[in-house]
Amino acid sequence: MTVTVRFFASYAEALGMRALALQLDVGATVQDVLSSVCAMPGASRLPPSPLVAVNHTYARGSQILFDGDEVALIPPVAGG
Amino acid sequence: MIRSAIVSETIDIAALLAEVGDAANGATSLFLGTVRSRNNHRDVLMIEYSAYEPMAEKEIGDILREAAERFGVANIVAEHRVGELEIGEVSVAIAAAHPHRGPVLDALRYSIEQLKQRVPIWKMEHYADGTRNWVSASQGEPE
Repeated sequence: MTVTVRFFASYAEALGMRALALQLDVGATVQDVLSSVCAMPGASRLPPSPLVAVNHTYARGSQILFDGDEVALIPPVAGG
Repeated sequence: MIRSAIVSETIDIAALLAEVGDAANGATSLFLGTVRSRNNHRDVLMIEYSAYEPMAEKEIGDILREAAERFGVANIVAEHRVGELEIGEVSVAIAAAHPHRGPVLDALRYSIEQLKQRVPIWKMEHYADGTRNWVSASQGEPE
């Protein structure tokens, strides 16, 4: 299955990209996405456990993903 | 009526006030966040705001619904701007109305505090010396 991974702000700068289509095994979790991202060039500038949202809702590492899900890594927010 | 939006043009404050006001409400209040000229002892030229727009709109909507439920405020709207903002420009506006003032003020306070903690919006400050920096809300920003 394939999920879309999205990066923003400082994370997009660190990784040099805003989005990625990631192939995963059925039953994969948010943590599996984080493991893949951590192996990418530039990922050393990300915190070890970044905030994640799945389909626009904050999610835990244990959340199981489904084909077509949108997984977003959320840098520390600064609205207002 | 509850509404949230991420916008890229100047926020029309009068329109927000008109949106929440009606004859039954004796109290209308407005919170504005504006770009200030100094942050962490540095001269700021402008701030570039970006957002994960669909999630930010949804998250602000969730916050407004929470505020409405907690404080019994039926009319509350918020807009957050993205793009390049100059000093003094409005980055966020929240308007609410209620028959009485207490719930309105409480609802605004709740909404802006939650917005700062939860909504996926980021800002890059550009300084007078030509440098820039991603700003984190946790960088010792006072209330």
